[in-house]
Amino acid sequence: MSYIKKSPWLVHYDGSSCNGCDIEVLACLTPLYDVERFGIVNTGNPKHADIFLVTGGVNTQNLPVVKQIYEQIPEPKVVIAVGTCACSGGVFHDCYNMLGGMDKAIPVDVYVPGCAARPEAIIDGVVKGLAVLEEKQKALAVPVREKQALREKELEPEMAISKSQEAGK
Amino acid sequence: MGKSTIVPFGPQHPVLPEPIHLDLELKDEKVVKAIPSIGYIHRGLEKLVEKRGFQEYVYIAERVCGICSFGHGWGYSKAIEGLMEIEIPKRAEYLRTIWHEISRLHSHLLWAGLGADALGFESLFMQCWRVRETILDIIEQTTGGRVIFSVCKVGGVRRDISDNELKEIVKRLDALKKEIDGIAAIFLNDETIHARLKGVGTVTYDEAVALGCVGPTARASGVPQDYRIGDEGGAYKELGFTPVLATEGDCFARVKVRLLELYQSLDIIKGCVENMPAGDIAVPVKGFPPAAEYFTRVEQPRGEAVYYVKGNKTKNLERFRLRTPTNANIPVLVKMLQGCDLADVPNIVLTIDPCISCCER
Repeated sequence: MSYIKKSPWLVHYDGSSCNGCDIEVLACLTPLYDVERFGIVNTGNPKHADIFLVTGGVNTQNLPVVKQIYEQIPEPKVVIAVGTCACSGGVFHDCYNMLGGMDKAIPVDVYVPGCAARPEAIIDGVVKGLAVLEEKQKALAVPVREKQALREKELEPEMAISKSQEAGK
Repeated sequence: MGKSTIVPFGPQHPVLPEPIHLDLELKDEKVVKAIPSIGYIHRGLEKLVEKRGFQEYVYIAERVCGICSFGHGWGYSKAIEGLMEIEIPKRAEYLRTIWHEISRLHSHLLWAGLGADALGFESLFMQCWRVRETILDIIEQTTGGRVIFSVCKVGGVRRDISDNELKEIVKRLDALKKEIDGIAAIFLNDETIHARLKGVGTVTYDEAVALGCVGPTARASGVPQDYRIGDEGGAYKELGFTPVLATEGDCFARVKVRLLELYQSLDIIKGCVENMPAGDIAVPVKGFPPAAEYFTRVEQPRGEAVYYVKGNKTKNLERFRLRTPTNANIPVLVKMLQGCDLADVPNIVLTIDPCISCCER
């Protein structure tokens, strides 16, 4: 597992799934699959998380909840839609209260199909999500470097003055 | 006593795998009142009968809830069979009973794990889920799925279990029994668990009856309410059945009832295997449901679920209604939470074994 550079923490929210995917997400954490040995921790706090694992589709009542959790997760973040319902609405796609898959509410990076998605598939989705996370991190890192360059430029005249003062002495 | 404060609990909460929202009105650390609000998982499944054929709808009924999926498929099929007056083969009834009890084993072990997690007993949570994987293996071997079985259909079951496989299952269940012994010993004898659960969230017999709670929650208060006693479907009547009861009515009693039900389920499965009749596993279904009503019940892991169907001589049903056990247990949950400590709220919520996606459908 040397290619994982950081231990990703994830927050799980059940959109409007039937529970099937949720118990499979929990099964990933327990001894048979045990993702904690790779440093993957299921946290309850969105502000601690890198990965947002959502199961189930969006309905009118949970739409604001999903958006709020998503906004609370710090950048860079990855959203993984687990299960067919989260991907497209699944068997519930034409229910009157369903708006559809998770991508109707928030941008989704990785789709894990399956009804219910198997733990192996969920772990695979998280590993794929890690690659996305790394890319996003790099994208975020560029402006920081540019900012540093700008700051150095701003500081240049002051540096020149201090240098000339030193020379004057 | 200070001023009262309202603390929101959920919908996204570490102890809950599913979203339910409770407004807890607190005076210092004591909960004065709990106001539940639901609807975060409401999909509107009952209305979907108007869009799907009555045979196709079994798949949707199974997806009411991923934990008790087989029970919902069974309940719906049983209601349609009653409506259309279809008599299903005896072997199918026995196979359904086996799968239903296997799903009860998986549901109760899953709940035991979550309950231990709510106590802060994380290693016990892991052990319960490790043991549960044995049952999931049996499910996968016999149905092909891990959580959604898809073996029940109107008129019988889709797959047979061969006699060799049945023997193999019994062998594995014997091994499982030893594992369950270990878990039950911790739950029933550990002092920290006693300290956290005894005398917490008590419901008396009268309250349980008055508030209409069902399943292990009712049985822990001494109410002998278990639909398996008089169930016409399945093998319960022939095998004989007495419900597990406790009288204390507190969180610990609810834990005890569920643990003892694990042993009971093992015995029922063994009884089914021993008395398994030969024959067909399904009968063909012809025609459409008549313009009539029918209602039936199934004892789910969480309690009694009520299924109501109404046909109109077409491919689609006119109405399907499902009253789930969690729905019936929410009033009693509100009663339990009155006067408890804030730190006990997760325990109490989990001891009714809430299944929110059943509850909201």
